[in-house]
Amino acid sequence: MGNLSLFLQHLTNGISLGSLYALIAIGYTMVYGILRLINFAHGDIFMLGVYLTYFGILYTAIPWWLMFIIGPALTGVVGLLLERVAYKPLRDSPRITILISAIGASFLLQNLGIVLFGGRPRAFPVPHILNHVVKVRGVSINVITFIIPVVTILLLIGLNYFITKTKTGMAMRALSRDYETASLMGIDINRIISVTFFMGSFLAAVGGIMWGARYPQLMPLMGVMPGLKSFIAAVVGGIGNIAGAVAGGFLLGLGEIMLVALLPRLTGYRDAFAFVVLIIILLFKPAGLMGSTQTEKV
Amino acid sequence: MRDKRRTDLIALAALVCTVVVLLLANRYLDDYKIRIINLSGIYVTLGLSMNLINGFTGLFSLGHAGFMAVGAYTVALLTMPIPMKEMNFFFQPIVPWLANVEVGFLPALLAAGLISAFLGVLIGAPVLRLRDDYLAIATLGFAEIIRVVFTNTQSLTNGALGLKGIPNYTNTWWSWGVAFFTIWFVSFLIRGSYGKAFMAIREDEVAAEAMGINLFKHKVLSFAFASFFAGIAGGLLASLLGTIDPNMFRITLTFNILLIVVLGGLGRIAGTVVAAVIVTVMMEALRFLDESINLGFIQLKGIPGMRMVVFSIILILVVLLRKEGLFTRLKGRESSYAEN
Amino acid sequence: MLKIENLTMKFGGVVACSSFNAEVKRGQIVGLIGPNGAGKTTVFNVITGVYKPTEGQITFSPREGEQHRLVGLKPDRIAQLGICRTFQNIRLFGQLSVLDNIFIGNHLRLRSNVFSSVLRLPGYTAEEREIYEKSMYLLEKIGLQDFRNEKASSLPYGMQRRLEMARALATNPKLLLLDEPAAGMNPQETNELIGFIQEIKEEFDLTIFLIEHHMEVIMEISEKIYVLDHGVLIAEGSPGEVQRNEKVIEAYLGVG
Ligand SMILES: Nc1ncnc2c1ncn2[C@@H]1O[C@H](COP(=O)(O)OP(=O)(O)O)[C@@H](O)[C@H]1O
Ligand SMILES: [Mg+2]
Repeated sequence: MGNLSLFLQHLTNGISLGSLYALIAIGYTMVYGILRLINFAHGDIFMLGVYLTYFGILYTAIPWWLMFIIGPALTGVVGLLLERVAYKPLRDSPRITILISAIGASFLLQNLGIVLFGGRPRAFPVPHILNHVVKVRGVSINVITFIIPVVTILLLIGLNYFITKTKTGMAMRALSRDYETASLMGIDINRIISVTFFMGSFLAAVGGIMWGARYPQLMPLMGVMPGLKSFIAAVVGGIGNIAGAVAGGFLLGLGEIMLVALLPRLTGYRDAFAFVVLIIILLFKPAGLMGSTQTEKV
Repeated sequence: MRDKRRTDLIALAALVCTVVVLLLANRYLDDYKIRIINLSGIYVTLGLSMNLINGFTGLFSLGHAGFMAVGAYTVALLTMPIPMKEMNFFFQPIVPWLANVEVGFLPALLAAGLISAFLGVLIGAPVLRLRDDYLAIATLGFAEIIRVVFTNTQSLTNGALGLKGIPNYTNTWWSWGVAFFTIWFVSFLIRGSYGKAFMAIREDEVAAEAMGINLFKHKVLSFAFASFFAGIAGGLLASLLGTIDPNMFRITLTFNILLIVVLGGLGRIAGTVVAAVIVTVMMEALRFLDESINLGFIQLKGIPGMRMVVFSIILILVVLLRKEGLFTRLKGRESSYAEN
Repeated sequence: MLKIENLTMKFGGVVACSSFNAEVKRGQIVGLIGPNGAGKTTVFNVITGVYKPTEGQITFSPREGEQHRLVGLKPDRIAQLGICRTFQNIRLFGQLSVLDNIFIGNHLRLRSNVFSSVLRLPGYTAEEREIYEKSMYLLEKIGLQDFRNEKASSLPYGMQRRLEMARALATNPKLLLLDEPAAGMNPQETNELIGFIQEIKEEFDLTIFLIEHHMEVIMEISEKIYVLDHGVLIAEGSPGEVQRNEKVIEAYLGVG
């Protein structure tokens, strides 16, 4: 196997990891865009999505492909409820209280996960057609590494259609551009925010399922690191900006894989990579790669 | 002012009571209970340190576990006897400049605080210029990086193996002495002009800046103090436990402190002290939720994670229902000024 | 004292203020008027460093022979140079006491460092006592001495406006910017306000730049008035001149 094929393998790995970060990052960025809230629980929603799907496949008669839709939908509902219960009552409070609530929610989900699902890892039942190795020109690649970017791109196209062409989507954008004006214009804020949380959680759950298919070990704390890194992806891309979140996700995913591939000595520092990128971006391009600096109205 | 005198008197009375309680405790209580008393003192320091930045200055920092780790390793490496170091670092020898160092507890604690404060400024400086909520993620990231770095720097920290045999200097006098020092420091800081400037930043950054308050300088100041005390508390903890490893300093640790701050009330000193003690005791008392206990005739099965579920729910409920914290009168208090 | 040259401020597509020129002379009270959304507050925000202008220069001369270019300076630095302001939509430190609000206004002139404040060294306590007395004096001046321990946010609207002015005065400004100080006041309060502004101007040797919708206030106390409409200067001159200016009448009537 030549150097080139090895490189290609890393590249596909990086792209598929990047896709997953991108899917999770979208949820962060949409919520942040509207509520200026870091939804710390988003990574745990991702975890919940995987587990819900896992239990659906194992313990119901629902076929796995249908469960791959029902699971994220259920997760979306959980995300929506989370907002209703833990964030909505605090919308007018000082920002720090809602952030604390978000941290609390994150811990609650993690530990509920430990209580309900058990602390020991479970193996995700990956259907064979998603998980077998093919050889393309001497490079052996798991089909899932192809499926992940493809599904991600399809979802992105759908999302783009939704936010640019539908009324709800446009209201969402208006709300994220100028919350005050939009709320005066008779937009039903509560509904839009619920839709936002539903969609963000749905996408995270889809990302979670693919994560489970790629790295088939489920643990209640599995959402923490991907969650943090995806948030960083959203910041790196320019928070509030969906295209930015996607770009940031791919950047981080590729960067992380390439770091490990090219500088194996730094493998232990893999999880620190994203944070270093974060600090550098904040230093040199605080609004992120695609973000615009908005001046707060005084 | 009368009100100020009264607060000072209450503080003095509390100090005397604590000394008496500690004297009695050291005489009559077993090691396990003494350890809880020590932990309470350490958590008082941690709670106040976090409240200074999160409650008084209104910044959301989640880096306490990281600063504690820095403090803990500093104290461990500085106080550990030289032969003990050799035993710990059997895998890979310790860096030469630390191999033959052994200093007293107080200088080690101070070093812990100062190094931690220095790192606080280093991490805070780029971030504190920006939107304040990036601080949450950057500090969280910092704590994670510290953990990752400490796991990988074998010859400095002994990596994942951690350090064992750290001398047990921490006793109730140290932990509560530092706690009272912190109470004093934070109270006096908050009473003064700088503390009020911190609170002004919390209330309205735009207005504070328009009144000539240099946001960056004051945020960094507050952050540095908070890191300083977190580092010292980490050092006390290392010396209390005698064993540390990078995985002790996970975000859960920060979460516990946040719980104390929220229960005690953001921007409340007395409340934080009470909450620190209550939470520490509860953490121990509720262990049965996680662990199986054998009552001889019956085996009660614990559910791992249950304890944290309870604590998370408490946290959310307090934030939702009683933002002032659990232990505060809702009435405003009179502020106090010099000689009036 | 303050010279604004060719000031332009754009927010994305919105031009809040374009090629605005104005001058405020030492010891004057100068008015800035215009319909809602004309860009008045934006001018204040640019002067105080909250916004960085798209184009233009602002020079401030707190004393004869001393010149500062304000564009690019941070708001706190500008306040230290001697420009302080009030906000159109009041921005007090809501959870803090009335007295603390004023106390904090003094912070920028504090000489002691943070450690002497914690240790309460004599240097610091002496300063604090001075600040306390000055704050109490300002409180009396606005008639809020009996409310000094109330939360600022609990005060009625009119008192909050006065408190904001006192807080600004506590910074020892040379130039005071007032953004609609009479908003929401009844005629009697408005009258008192006119007297108050003139009084503090004399006592603290101030120069005042003032945005106001109440024409009687503006006309009575300003020596010079600038009129903005859609970010463009449409008239300037003495109250009498401005009142007779057709463009001004049109701008106001047009908005209705
Ligand atoms: N931070 C900002 N971002 C976007 N638009 C702004 C901002 N600040 C002011 N504007 C716009 O600039 C224009 C002038 O506003 P402003 O200066 O507040 O007017 P005035 O004080 O004369 O009523 C308005 O159209 C307003 O919407
Ligand atoms: Mg205005």
